[in-house]
Amino acid sequence: MTRRVRIAAGVLFALHAVVLLAGFFAPYDYDEQHRDYPYAPPTRVRMFDPQGRFHLRPFVYGSVQKLPSGEYREDHSRIYPVRFFPDGRLFGVADPGVLFLCGTDGFGRDVFSRVLYGGRISILSGLLATLIALTLGTIAGTLAGFYGGWMDRVLMRTGELFLALPWLYLLLGIRAMLPLHIQPGQAFALVVVVIGTMGWVRPARLIRGMTLTARESAYVLAARGFGASSVYVIRRHILPMTWSVILTQATILIPQFIRAEVTLSFLGLGIAEPMPSWGNMLAEARQYFAIVSHSWMLAPGFALIPLLLGYLVLADSLLAAGASDANQDS
Amino acid sequence: MEPTSTLVSIAFAHNELNYSEQAMGGTCSGVPHIVAAIGLVAALPFSAAEQDDRLHCATPPGISGGRLVSVSRFEPRTLNWVVASDMGSREVLQFLMADLIHINRDTQKPEPALARSWTVSADGRHWVLDLRRGLQFSDGHPFDADDVLFTFQVIFDERSHSPQRDLLTLEGKPIAVRKLGQYRVAFDLPVARAVADRLFDRVYILPRHKLEAACKAGRIAAAWSLSTPPSEIAGLGPFRLKSYTAGQQTTLERNPHYWKIDAAGRVLPYLDEVTFVVGGSEDNQVLRFQNGESDVINRVSAKDYAVLEAGQSRRGYELRDLGASMEVAVLVFNLSDLPASTSPELRLHQSFLRHKSLRQAISAAIDRAAIVRLVYRGRATALAGPVPPGNHEWLNTRLPSPVRSLDRARQLLTADGFQFRNGQLFDRAGKPVEFSILVSNSTPERQQVATMIQDDLKPLGIRVNLVPMDFPSIGERLTRTRQFEAAMAGFATPDADPNPDLAIYLSSGGNHLWNPSQKSPASPWEAEIDDLMRRQQVELKYGERKRLFDRVQEIMAQNLPMIPLVSPNILVGAKRNLGNFRPSLLEPHTLWNLDQLYWRSPGAGGR
Repeated sequence: MTRRVRIAAGVLFALHAVVLLAGFFAPYDYDEQHRDYPYAPPTRVRMFDPQGRFHLRPFVYGSVQKLPSGEYREDHSRIYPVRFFPDGRLFGVADPGVLFLCGTDGFGRDVFSRVLYGGRISILSGLLATLIALTLGTIAGTLAGFYGGWMDRVLMRTGELFLALPWLYLLLGIRAMLPLHIQPGQAFALVVVVIGTMGWVRPARLIRGMTLTARESAYVLAARGFGASSVYVIRRHILPMTWSVILTQATILIPQFIRAEVTLSFLGLGIAEPMPSWGNMLAEARQYFAIVSHSWMLAPGFALIPLLLGYLVLADSLLAAGASDANQDS
Repeated sequence: MEPTSTLVSIAFAHNELNYSEQAMGGTCSGVPHIVAAIGLVAALPFSAAEQDDRLHCATPPGISGGRLVSVSRFEPRTLNWVVASDMGSREVLQFLMADLIHINRDTQKPEPALARSWTVSADGRHWVLDLRRGLQFSDGHPFDADDVLFTFQVIFDERSHSPQRDLLTLEGKPIAVRKLGQYRVAFDLPVARAVADRLFDRVYILPRHKLEAACKAGRIAAAWSLSTPPSEIAGLGPFRLKSYTAGQQTTLERNPHYWKIDAAGRVLPYLDEVTFVVGGSEDNQVLRFQNGESDVINRVSAKDYAVLEAGQSRRGYELRDLGASMEVAVLVFNLSDLPASTSPELRLHQSFLRHKSLRQAISAAIDRAAIVRLVYRGRATALAGPVPPGNHEWLNTRLPSPVRSLDRARQLLTADGFQFRNGQLFDRAGKPVEFSILVSNSTPERQQVATMIQDDLKPLGIRVNLVPMDFPSIGERLTRTRQFEAAMAGFATPDADPNPDLAIYLSSGGNHLWNPSQKSPASPWEAEIDDLMRRQQVELKYGERKRLFDRVQEIMAQNLPMIPLVSPNILVGAKRNLGNFRPSLLEPHTLWNLDQLYWRSPGAGGR
């Protein structure tokens, strides 16, 4: 494992861990509104007070908004020390102090907390959709490659049909047909199923190709000669050959599907308020005033970069490893 | 949702009342009458010598020349006023055409336009309008009573599908139009209408010589499309069409035959050209205005206003907060009988919302002050009733101010048999109370308000699902399929008078969104509103009309078929070098006096 891959794996592990433990790392709940602090800038955590005295424990000042400009000024009359492990969270400050590491949105909700909770939705949807796509792709690819004939033709033509489907419009259509009372969990499941179902074709084609090669290999022919059943041959000899493809496809599909979820939520087709996802958070940040005056609203976009890069580096290394194995075999 | 029509107000003491340009104090300006008088005197020699019947404007004289650029959100879909119902088309067409009587956007009073004077019978049903003489369309063809008759013939022609037809049809009967002379026209209303002169506002007069053939062939609805050569289009407005480039811009040029002159006797408009560039979004409008690519910004959100405000001094533009507007944002409920295909879930949720106590509790739980502060940065007004605070003449100021009170909300609910268990509200049958709110995904402010309402109702144990949708889908559900429980909506009244909003208040009205187009009123309070609105419609005394309309507002505030939320301020801007810039609360806020706008010095911000 190269240093580059180790760094990527470390970053991915850290990101997933932080997002998974959002309830611990986030100082606030994702829907907790601080209505006195709309679009508050990131809170400055300080070690020195105005008199230049050093404080061992970091602290923050309160802030007050001026209307109608919406600007904030710090209130130096009182300091709020940062507390660690208050109420089962990693850090926080006592009321009425507030600690917004990445500022707040238009409702005064902590953007940092929402990025962590929103990451759960975006990453989990990427992982689950990949699981669906790879499961469907593996089944379809193996059956098509192993049995050939009409099954191959039906499955591969169906795959082409899926590739031709305008999935965004499909999702719009499905969303319009659903009842108004779709719960956030149902909306999440819908997004995951649609993304996953649309994404099975590419892995299925690759696995079909591998299966076509494997079924003609000597050890498979030998196994069949000894009377092994089709199920046994697929399970024992074909599927293990496809693991490297599945793993590589997973590292390629996960970031693709995370981006797909972000896009759908950005367009208002994914998780609805007040649940955060990186997509619906970025939707608020796309407005001109937000970009110009409240750049911290772009935080979900910045969180996406290391995540997508990490997966791409992993995919690269797996592809390179696969290519070198193939060279050695030949 | 934009309401439709126009009409009414003024007290009559004589058998017949006479209105004229002089009697009404000058016109087209909104400046004090004494200034108007000076303007008239200054223009008199010219008028007498030329037998000039043009309208004298009393605004300070400007400088001719230059070009003005405005970025529009929407592109026009047609150049045919008869069928235009979209914002993009109307924005352009209002400067190509003119009406007989016009509501001054500044004073909000009707004033002479193509009709220089008029008389009205004591019962308010018969109107005789004297037209200006010697006027010409933008192609030089003379204007007379035949053009007025032709215009109304086109409007009432069923093949034209004109949206104006409903506005000019009273109690199911059209207004009758008769020609009394080359420059005199009579209008007979089927029923009496208070201040019916407001009806004529924005009923633009068409050139018979250009459109008669299309009308006779039954193709009037297809006439004057976007591909029609500009030379084929003529109007009586301050400008005429110069060019249209699809997806890019519409350019208008000065109409040399325009019928208004300034205090110095110069023919208006001052500007040589006006270009409407298609922007597509508010962000685009703001960016272009900030960069100096456009000269005015017609409407801007409070957040974008704050962004623009920061660069106000160094970028050479000025912004204006005109205060409380004529618009209201409401949360409207579906109280109509649902079609058989409706899901049981929607039926259940609607059964909760039919309880007046629940609607009142929701209203009491909404923190309007926070909405004003967070969404509009203080540039809005919390609403107590359905009439916007900008409408000073008709606002019922006795309605109690809306203050958030969760205690009152809980009292209302428990008194009506609702129960609180484990932080959740249940109805008498033990069903958890929840409902959904449709909200347009293209209006961030309304989405934000809906999210705040969702949060405000949590302490009452009411779960609210937000359903973002594109605007046409919401319109479809509100007006046709009725598949909704509650929706965020907005009303922008085009006139200060209550009569344009009849379609909202009357139970038979199409914009009676909570239960539209009823054959007979579904509830006693709707029947009372119907009665009050019909009475104020024919009542000629303002005081009595106000009393009746105040009661309508009270009933609406008590029954809350739609919960009034806030009225945003009108926020506009223009280059500092633009002369005569006097934005108004009524639409079009910035360009209503486009014929009088001018560049003070072409070098400094002018074009």
